[in-house]
Amino acid sequence: MSINSFSRRGFLKSTAAVAGATALPQFAAADGHAPLTVGFIYVGPKDDFGYNQAHAEGAAAVKAMEGVVVVEEENVAETTDVQNTMESMINFDDAKLLFPTSFGYFNPHVLETAPKHPDVRFQHAAGLWSEGMPTNVGSYFGYIGMGQYLNGITAGHATTTKKIGFVAAKPIPQVLLNINSFLLGARQVDPEITCQVIFTGEWSLAVKEAEATNALADAGCDVITCHVDGPKVVMETAAGRDCFVCGYHANQAPLAPEKYLTGAEWNWAGVYTGMVQTVLDGGTIDNFVRGGLADGFIKMSPLGSAVSDASRAQFEAVKAEIMAGGFAAIKGPLNDNAGNTLLGAGDALVETDIALESMDYLVEGVIGSTS
Amino acid sequence: MEDLGLWVIPLAILGGAIRVSTPFLFVSLGEVLTERSGRINLGLEGTLVFGAMSAYAIAYLTGSPWLGVLAAAAGGAFFGLIHGLICSLPRVNDIAVGIAMMILGMGLAFYFGKPYVQPVAPDLPSISFGWWSDIPQVKAALRVNVLFLIGAVLAFAMWWMFRATKVGLIIRVVGDSTDAARAMGLRPTLIRTLATAAGGAFAGVGGAYLSLFYPGSWNEGISSGQGLMAVALVIFARWNPIACFGAALLFGGAGALGPTLQSVGFSEGYYLFFAAPYVLTLGVLIATSSPTRAMTGAPGELSITK
Repeated sequence: MSINSFSRRGFLKSTAAVAGATALPQFAAADGHAPLTVGFIYVGPKDDFGYNQAHAEGAAAVKAMEGVVVVEEENVAETTDVQNTMESMINFDDAKLLFPTSFGYFNPHVLETAPKHPDVRFQHAAGLWSEGMPTNVGSYFGYIGMGQYLNGITAGHATTTKKIGFVAAKPIPQVLLNINSFLLGARQVDPEITCQVIFTGEWSLAVKEAEATNALADAGCDVITCHVDGPKVVMETAAGRDCFVCGYHANQAPLAPEKYLTGAEWNWAGVYTGMVQTVLDGGTIDNFVRGGLADGFIKMSPLGSAVSDASRAQFEAVKAEIMAGGFAAIKGPLNDNAGNTLLGAGDALVETDIALESMDYLVEGVIGSTS
Repeated sequence: MEDLGLWVIPLAILGGAIRVSTPFLFVSLGEVLTERSGRINLGLEGTLVFGAMSAYAIAYLTGSPWLGVLAAAAGGAFFGLIHGLICSLPRVNDIAVGIAMMILGMGLAFYFGKPYVQPVAPDLPSISFGWWSDIPQVKAALRVNVLFLIGAVLAFAMWWMFRATKVGLIIRVVGDSTDAARAMGLRPTLIRTLATAAGGAFAGVGGAYLSLFYPGSWNEGISSGQGLMAVALVIFARWNPIACFGAALLFGGAGALGPTLQSVGFSEGYYLFFAAPYVLTLGVLIATSSPTRAMTGAPGELSITK
């Protein structure tokens, strides 16, 4: 073979053969079917001791399933970035099931991308799917407000100043429900307790979260919880100021073992493996999925050593009520913190009530404002 | 804990100034040193983040926060050195290189920092200057970290250095006129490169403060632009190290306003309060501006003044 016979066509042929050979194993799953590619998209780092870590632990459980390939991308902003990420997972990784896990991905990004890819299923966390939205979109979430209600009960027992604190990111319905539930749980112990809330304005701003925690401690709050993406800074700062802490998203007990009362955690592993199995079996996931403590969507951290016997007893009793179903943390008579009546005596919004997902108020006893 | 009412506002501003100012101080001191030698390093945001990561990683692995600070300084000096060397090549724009170095620093920090988001590293020690008070809020506000004190001393030392020492004058000559420096037998490129490396080391130490004291943990959002803001503070402080100290304190104190006002009941419009440091900076800039002495103190060889 002379040097001239090294033609362009020959080159293409041989490289195509190599490419084909390397691509082959991807398509050959154990049972001969193409494996299902599942994409997970996180707004922050997936080991943030918080929201993203909780989802990533669910993704890890999916990864262990047979016939499934998982692709992940972290630090994806709630902008057109997420549309690009979804498009590339669909076009380059051949993903057929996507889990964009941040609240802000839903509208407009998921809703705009979904109609272009009718064969791909979009499962969005925390969004509110309703009739008329694309049918290949689903939204799922858990009633974690109940977890904050239980947090509140341990906080109500632990506080001596009758002031508890909440570091919150943005005034969206889920966050407001958590704040209100935390206070109402504490008020089950002592109706004079108030809850100071400080909004930082962003999901992850370490310095501002630390400043907010210090401001709460300065204002006399002695039990602090939060709703930010990574609660690590809040937990460590609060414990450093000698405050008790209640966790959120994941178990933060190792960060402050002496001060950690309990925490409201996500439990996505079971939920995600269930959804992926449904798709593998050729079934369809419901467009609107919600679940609570009883369904295994959320769980509570083991009670810490600082939790008193009385606190433990009330915690367990209320937890049993929630597990039984139909529990209402938000019940009348109830006013908002501007004095307007929200619910009359006898009215109640049970944990499954869809009205809770458009909450735009802070209840009486919460010191703070939604704007 | 006592209810201090509105007294918590000045207390929080004081506490915030002490807690939050240190990274601004170190980065702006590093930038003053670099710019006084006639070069701009916009990459200090990346150096800050890389410093935060390396300090946290080394402190966690060795158990010694001071080794972490040392590692951050070494890493920062390395980044500064690279920046200095690249900018020594002919026709290289230091602003473009700075932006590239910023992104590189952050990228490397995120890449190497992945395994250290979860672990808990030991914190730097702090000194309690609040022993005279039995009010817990005062005690907390006056818990001063050693790095803050070092930074304050450094600011005055650097001011004195530029004013009265041979090294300081050499750096200023190089920064004000390359030709004059050459005529004196100095080597401007070498001196600029060394000043940039030293400035990088300062920024690295600022990062160590972030991850090892306040807020005291490593994650990818730890800086959120503080390094960039600190570089801007240098112009605000007119290349004067003592003014940098003042600017950093002002910035830290104003940053505490947002959370504190919410905690005492001024809860409406908190997004506006969070803008307080920036509004203050703009206000001071406008108040001190003058058409006749706009660039007073600016080194003559900076690429923006040439």
